[in-house]
Amino acid sequence: MNHIALLMENQPGALSRVIGLFSQRGYNIDSLSVAPTQDETLSRLTMTIGEEGADINQVLKQLYKLVDVVMVQNLNEADALTLELAIIKLNKTKAEVEGLLKNYEFEREILDEKDNYTVFKALGDTQEIENLLSELKKEEFLEVTRSGTLGMTKGNESLATNDQTKISYD
Amino acid sequence: MAKVMTSGGEALIKALADENVDIIFGYPGGAALHIYDAIYQQDRVQHILVRHEQAATHAADGFARATGKPGVCLVTSGPGATNAITGIATAYMDSIPLVVISGQVPNHLIGTDAFQETDMMGISRPIVKHSFLVQKPEEIPVIVKKAFHIATSGRPGPVVIDVPKNLTDPNEKFEYKFPSDLYLRSFALYNEAENSEVKKAVKLLTEAERPVIYAGGGAINSNAAEEIYEFGKLMGCPVTNTLMGLGVYPASDEQFVGMLGMHGTYEANMVMHEADLIMAIGARFDDRITNNPNKFGLQAKKIHIDSDPSSIDKIIDVDVAMTGNAKKVISQINKELKAMNFDNKKFDPWMKKAMQWRADHGLNHNMLDQKNPGDIILPQQVIQSAYKATDGKAFVTSDVGQHQMFAAQYYHFNEPRKWINSGGLGTMGFGLPAAMGVKFAFPDETVACITGEGSIQMCIQELSTCGQYGLPIKIINLNNRALGMVKQWQDMQYGGRYSSISYEDSLPDFIKLAESYGHVGMKVEKLSELQAAMEECFALKDKLVFLDVYVDPDEHVYPMLKAGGDMSEMYLSKTEKTFE
Repeated sequence: MNHIALLMENQPGALSRVIGLFSQRGYNIDSLSVAPTQDETLSRLTMTIGEEGADINQVLKQLYKLVDVVMVQNLNEADALTLELAIIKLNKTKAEVEGLLKNYEFEREILDEKDNYTVFKALGDTQEIENLLSELKKEEFLEVTRSGTLGMTKGNESLATNDQTKISYD
Repeated sequence: MAKVMTSGGEALIKALADENVDIIFGYPGGAALHIYDAIYQQDRVQHILVRHEQAATHAADGFARATGKPGVCLVTSGPGATNAITGIATAYMDSIPLVVISGQVPNHLIGTDAFQETDMMGISRPIVKHSFLVQKPEEIPVIVKKAFHIATSGRPGPVVIDVPKNLTDPNEKFEYKFPSDLYLRSFALYNEAENSEVKKAVKLLTEAERPVIYAGGGAINSNAAEEIYEFGKLMGCPVTNTLMGLGVYPASDEQFVGMLGMHGTYEANMVMHEADLIMAIGARFDDRITNNPNKFGLQAKKIHIDSDPSSIDKIIDVDVAMTGNAKKVISQINKELKAMNFDNKKFDPWMKKAMQWRADHGLNHNMLDQKNPGDIILPQQVIQSAYKATDGKAFVTSDVGQHQMFAAQYYHFNEPRKWINSGGLGTMGFGLPAAMGVKFAFPDETVACITGEGSIQMCIQELSTCGQYGLPIKIINLNNRALGMVKQWQDMQYGGRYSSISYEDSLPDFIKLAESYGHVGMKVEKLSELQAAMEECFALKDKLVFLDVYVDPDEHVYPMLKAGGDMSEMYLSKTEKTFE
């Protein structure tokens, strides 16, 4: 898994350029999450890309070439935190779900129980979420929605920027 | 300064003029009418009316390739925009600076499947360097300025500006302000290379035994010809150019081994295969160059100079990568070589070997003197004849196919920007409109379009544009009555099963066709009459001449690299090849 963090202009069409690049160049995205940042002119993405098919350095360079992309960072090469949220619904009672989850370490919370259906959230790194889901496949598994991986570097390293390139004309 | 009030349409044209654009190519239509009204009411920007939007993009592209300045075209929404797509993709593949302005349906109709609506931003996205959808008329001058900066800087490319009709409304005026500075967030441009990389490159260059300089279209885009010539002389080693790079190193220079690649010369491909150092300048190791990348340059260390970091290590991994402007980086290297008084004599045996390869299987550049059975004309002879008639000084545009390869092989380009062809996309129909763009840029220069009877029919309607504006282009039609390159592949790989390549019975009479547009048509079928006809064609200075030359329909382009092989594996003729 390669996790890429990317800062781009919050412009119409910017996201489609990023996504389009992947189909155009034959790369696969496993997960993608995007939202505006504290600077409303910028959006931040975290992408997960499988190991197969794409040369990760080529992906990074092609992404950075897009005019709307301001910064790109390979989180795998940085000291970074990654996190994913999953919301899962099972045809089980609250008590049964609690039983199922008791051996897991990640953060979770039962959100709702109705008519013998229980909705809960799980918050952990992508691998923990993957492990949970493969375990749940043995059960009668109804529905899952995942946030995609979110990531951020530790310490003073940051993707935020105020840099502008000034281009002057004579 | 007094306030200048403009409408969106006026602002657009005024901004073009302020960007020093004096000519644009286009075709009007509903969504662009406000803009066309603004064009009518000014005289700083001349508009050239083409006959099809594809031709507008190719003409702007030809203008850009010949001048180095960005080409500009204007089309309407819907079919106008979609017709422009082929030309935009052509410019994108060859990294040509183009600004394409497309009309769009009014803002409030976007997304409603309105008349002549198409999602131009979406359709053009994979084939543009960048694109803008105008949101407010006030931002038009800034967008124009950004578009030109993006199109021309770094690795150049086409930029689309999509302009909804209501934002060009002549009744809605605002204050026009053309920006003096631009702000772009983290828009990286590379100029000079790191000194440490230059040192590494120079070390490899001077320690090599069998170096080759391989320069492509990027070297032309960065106007690096002078520096590359100096570099070539400092190195005293073989130099080859790609199809896109022809002219960046003078073809008549003794170190020039010709074009390399699929239909490159024997000596150029052998030099590449046997080299122990490959110095790539503004070239991207494209599949028509490397043949099988797994068998490419196995004995060679590689140095790569490119303005686009994503071109580096894309196909071929290199030992020294220098992201930068080729002109500046080569200057840095030249400076180092001069400072160390590098003695290039040790490359003499290697250069001699290249010349021996040329003597063994080089192209015959003196075919005009030979006699052919039945006085038939070989296509190579037509190029040599055109070269002779123009003293090698013409701008030559071409279409795509055998005639393109023959022109590349046999017309010796001694200067950059004289050879204008669609190398990356391989767009048939490019030649004639591109020649129009060149002729508008250089009205006093000779402009020849070398084409075939297949390609020319893809944009033949532009004969009308040439008539309207009095463009005395010379169209040299290598007429072999078939789609020659397809036929060649069918001969070589499909057992001579000629699927859909023939239309001999339905070819137009090109003489009458040219005449019906007010031009001169000439036909030549005999070798003994070729040179006189060619001289006459180029002597008619004020007329467009359509010279229809009947050539041998069975001729193939050689050398030709073996599919999946290395660069030394070539077919040399119908009966000779370098491999088992």
